[in-house]
Amino acid sequence: MQRFLHIQPQKCTGCLQCEMACSLDNEGIFNPAKSRIKVFVFHSEGQFAPFTCTQCNDAWCMNACPVDAIQVDRDTGAKIVIDTQCVGCKVCTIACPFGTINYNRDTGKVIKCDLCGGQPECVTACPTDAISYIDSDWAGFERMRASAEKSLASAANS
Amino acid sequence: MHHVIIGAGPAGVIAAETLRKTDRDSEITLLGDEPGMPYSRMAIPYFLTNEINAEGTHLRAEDHYARHGIDFRHERVTRIKPQKRILDLANGSTLSYDRLLLATGSRPVTIPISGVDLPGVHHCWTLNDAHRIRELAKPGAHVVLVGAGFIGCIIMGALLGRGTTLTVLELGDEMLPRMMDRTGAEILARWCTEKGVTIRTATRVTEIEKGGRTQNSFTRLSTGLIVHTETGEPLIADAVVLASGVRPNLDLLSESGIETDDGILVDHYLRTSQPSIYAAGDVAQGTDWSTGKRTVHAIQPTAAEHGRISACNMAGIPTHYPGSFSMNVLDTMGLISTSMGLWRREQGTNTAALLDRDRSRYMQLNFQGDRLIGALTIGHMGGWTGANGVLRGLIQSKTRLGKWKQRLQDDPTRVMEAYNFLLIARGGGH
Repeated sequence: MQRFLHIQPQKCTGCLQCEMACSLDNEGIFNPAKSRIKVFVFHSEGQFAPFTCTQCNDAWCMNACPVDAIQVDRDTGAKIVIDTQCVGCKVCTIACPFGTINYNRDTGKVIKCDLCGGQPECVTACPTDAISYIDSDWAGFERMRASAEKSLASAANS
Repeated sequence: MHHVIIGAGPAGVIAAETLRKTDRDSEITLLGDEPGMPYSRMAIPYFLTNEINAEGTHLRAEDHYARHGIDFRHERVTRIKPQKRILDLANGSTLSYDRLLLATGSRPVTIPISGVDLPGVHHCWTLNDAHRIRELAKPGAHVVLVGAGFIGCIIMGALLGRGTTLTVLELGDEMLPRMMDRTGAEILARWCTEKGVTIRTATRVTEIEKGGRTQNSFTRLSTGLIVHTETGEPLIADAVVLASGVRPNLDLLSESGIETDDGILVDHYLRTSQPSIYAAGDVAQGTDWSTGKRTVHAIQPTAAEHGRISACNMAGIPTHYPGSFSMNVLDTMGLISTSMGLWRREQGTNTAALLDRDRSRYMQLNFQGDRLIGALTIGHMGGWTGANGVLRGLIQSKTRLGKWKQRLQDDPTRVMEAYNFLLIARGGGH
């Protein structure tokens, strides 16, 4: 069963524990700038919104990569960057209309959410369950995920 | 059904793979006229720096084609005969097809001066060119790079990184004339100069002649070249690299009846004017998503999308393509520039710009009404260029910005926030 990150912004308190956990697990340091999940703060609205890759089916980043460096993890379904194959051309960073694949500022190569191989650290770190890792057949989830994709893809196709 | 694809770059390879999935029982022949396995020209700068070997440039693993029933062959096509559905091959034989995809890509523009065919003068386009340049661009060698466009800028760092003394000659008044405005180009020029590259803009090369001898060429290299320019002193070089842009490869099409303009004209289904013949990638002149006009977009994402869409249509699955989106990203020795959509200031558009010259950061957004239609960003790692994907998202979703337009005009760096608010938080995505 493939699982997905389910994010409920209304539960987010903006504590940034997810960013810290992501950065530590992937980069070995506490540096939110290197996190693959970002918490957006809307000061005027008093809202927070954690945001990361939705692992879209027909992944824009994967389709655009010129050296086949983005592949599907067969266990989790995540689209993962094969670091040794990535040359750092950054084409995926402009191809992804969600802005969820970006480059590592030290190496120039790209980084994105890989679902931590099936044990997402952001989920473990979140104290309020604003981020959860759920089965894809959870009622309504696919619909919500699709709406994020569709808002772009179908608009782009119009 | 026999599908034949001419050209084994990204568009051709992706088309072959898509055909295998969508037309399972078909025969698929992929023709390439360069030696070796299909590779990515995008990877060449990293081959020049030795970050990857030749195998690292390959589009797919070597056994990929056979495993997927794609007959990849090294063949050059000399003529297309649409009436008979036959291709003449350079080896004297013929090949028949049911559906044909032209994915012949582009080739470098040759500047019309004498000396461009001298030893030591190379385009930087094929993997073969890159091998030659690697041999010539030794530590201490003097290299003259002609052209400061996309390719010139992307290989500059590689040439400098090989320990060469590098001079760049650009015909235009600014670097990157087709993907940056004057402000961005000035930042880029200063960045390159600070890295040790000599940049000469508004400089026309008039002749390259044999006989130059740098201190280095005496001891290490057999070539020696003199590069003459319309203005200024001639330059002595061990190698000259030509990067003056590329043009669609249309040679094959003579007497084929296939309509061309800048490239091969294709409709929303990537069909050419001849039945059963499609075109994709650099060679195709298809719809530009932003303008609705037919334009050649010689970029990787367009090649990938064209490859996929043309193959679906060849397989008999009618797939409408809304058009390709003009976008570029370029890493010039750590300075990242991007351009997207309609970024040029024109009547009926209004812009917001943010400039931090000291830190080499610049961002320009172009609006029509309360929609974003184009953007430029420039900045080094850690600059303002971390949110480029969302610029595409905001443009292609045609999102009405509402009050966010003013916020973005006040501070263009808030694009990620605007995106998140407008498309995710409010759009009910997550």
